[in-house]
Amino acid sequence: MTGLVGVLAEAWGEVRVHRVRVLLSLVGVFLAVLALTTVTALGAMGRQLVTEQSERFGGRPATVLVEAYPETGSLDRPAARAAFDEFVDRHEIRWSTAGGYGLQAPVRFPGGAQRVQLVPVDPAYGVIHRVVVSQGRWFGEDDAQRLAPPLVVNQAFVDALGGSSGLPPPTVVLGGTTPVTAVVVGVADDGWDVPSGFLLEESAERWMPDLLATSSISLELWVPPEDVDAVQQMAQSELGSAVPGASMSIYRSDSGDSMQVLDLVLAYGVRGAGLFALLLGGIGVLNVGLVTVRQRIREIGVRRSFGATSSRVFAAVLLESVVATTLAGLAAVVVSVAVVTNLPLGMLAGAGLSLTDVPAFPVRAAVEGLVAAVAVGALAGVVPAVMAVRARVVDAIRY
Amino acid sequence: MSVRRRPAGPVGELRLEQVGRRVALPDGGHLDVLTGVDLVVEPGEHVAVVGRSGSGKSTLLNILGLLDTPTSGRYLLDGVDAARLSDRRRARMRGDSFGFVFQQFNLLPRRTATENVASPLLYARGRAFWTRTRRARESLERVGLGHRLEAVPERLSGGEQQRVAVARALVRRPRVLLADEPTGALDVDTGAAVMDLLEDLVTAQGTTLVTITHDLSVAARADRVLRLDHGVLTPMGEQDVAGATADRQEPGTTPAEESAEDPAGAGRGAGVACVGDPVGRAS
Repeated sequence: MTGLVGVLAEAWGEVRVHRVRVLLSLVGVFLAVLALTTVTALGAMGRQLVTEQSERFGGRPATVLVEAYPETGSLDRPAARAAFDEFVDRHEIRWSTAGGYGLQAPVRFPGGAQRVQLVPVDPAYGVIHRVVVSQGRWFGEDDAQRLAPPLVVNQAFVDALGGSSGLPPPTVVLGGTTPVTAVVVGVADDGWDVPSGFLLEESAERWMPDLLATSSISLELWVPPEDVDAVQQMAQSELGSAVPGASMSIYRSDSGDSMQVLDLVLAYGVRGAGLFALLLGGIGVLNVGLVTVRQRIREIGVRRSFGATSSRVFAAVLLESVVATTLAGLAAVVVSVAVVTNLPLGMLAGAGLSLTDVPAFPVRAAVEGLVAAVAVGALAGVVPAVMAVRARVVDAIRY
Repeated sequence: MSVRRRPAGPVGELRLEQVGRRVALPDGGHLDVLTGVDLVVEPGEHVAVVGRSGSGKSTLLNILGLLDTPTSGRYLLDGVDAARLSDRRRARMRGDSFGFVFQQFNLLPRRTATENVASPLLYARGRAFWTRTRRARESLERVGLGHRLEAVPERLSGGEQQRVAVARALVRRPRVLLADEPTGALDVDTGAAVMDLLEDLVTAQGTTLVTITHDLSVAARADRVLRLDHGVLTPMGEQDVAGATADRQEPGTTPAEESAEDPAGAGRGAGVACVGDPVGRAS
């Protein structure tokens, strides 16, 4: 115990006394660990950004999309909807949304009526597609019971209404065959300057059946990735012929494995470059270590006269390097965490992007950076340590 | 003599039997630095060794302090042959039982006086290790440097540095103190003060003191003075030492020349065995 504490105290004393030299030798290691951890953290953030953007279009992994097209004329939507509901209930799929492509619904804005794309969805759509609601809220399960159909619209829609003060919720008349006053309950901006929005599938069926009649109907199922093949097969066999006069298209719509390349780049490209930089930093530590151990031969001899064994001298010189690079690694990780956690993510909105689930600082990258720093310190410390041990005590002391 | 396998405790008696030290030269030849040295140093004794530069004094001190090994003969510590000790055991024994005072002080640069004095305790175990800072301060107070605890060597005078070195050498309460020219880098008055301090402390602790010096007045303070010439150790009588000390006063004589001379010619080349030889003991 005293041996271990003693050798650590000795190493720390050397680092403290020679702090300027140590600091200079550690610039490379510090920058390498900083780059390694920061780039890994930013990579994870970028990956999440790309993932979320992708999920806004295709759904979260794994999303199975079932589309029913009318083979001739119009589609028997009630039959399709019933088949979908039965399938979801039978297989106890928690997250699903039925709907279709946007309807060109006439909307009576203060500046005049215009056709607006409204996408019929179920409340689960918001979860599956990571819809970010900037004002108000997304649909709830009880919204289907409302007599006035709720809408979630984009900012251009709000602007066409003459702006929104938030309260009371703005209303707008949807002018289908049966005009109805709809309530805007939330704003989910998509960055486009053309009005658009979402409405519930039930609202669309009730108030705009004529617009729905000729369009397709779709069902999106968010299932565990390992179940995706089984779900597709079951959907094919159970829904394929469930709707007379409709053709079914069933496929996985999320980005799936397309992130693998990015993951590989992050895992090996970034890490490899970081480790290479770290090795270069280690050469700096080695250089300084070699020079200074020559200067310190006398001091090492004096320590031998105090009773320092060869192994103790070896460990002390080695640990000096390790303690120094570990401190550099720690400092780099702290700076990296400070930088990454204080990134102005709000600026993403200006580019029409948003990050909902900001990834936590990758602990693994921090640990890897630290371990690599320790390893480089050990590698760079071995040669000076061997030199220190090989020095003849009597020559070192030179009475 | 029966040889025990391991000393029962800290080193007491130091015994050299026909010790020789030969070193290889770059031209393929060799040099006998020490030849047939016999010496017994009893516990608590103060022995001084004088000799000219290159006479082998430092090598003798290195061997006594387990920093070097003889190439012939035996070095017995309390009857245990040092050659039988492992490197680790030698290091442990060196730390536990020997203290060193160097001519150039050899303080660790940029460490405070307290850190310097505490540094040998980094290699101690148990209580001594954990209380090293307190012990270092106490040791510095004993040498009159209680007011310079946080001073670094660069800010200490030569005398103060040597006092720090003395405090450091004694902080582990060694049984043997090996001092190599302890006053060599100091003026006469400061050197005398350091020697007074050193002798007071070793006497109080019952420590054996082996001093190497060019200064015969320093050597004269020892219980016994030995002369090392061309690797051969011989005793000096009190009269020899006194005569040599008086010669120092003659103008035009340098200390190096003084020590290089054989003041009385006594024992030169005789290779007198000190072991068991009353002549070699202090009387």
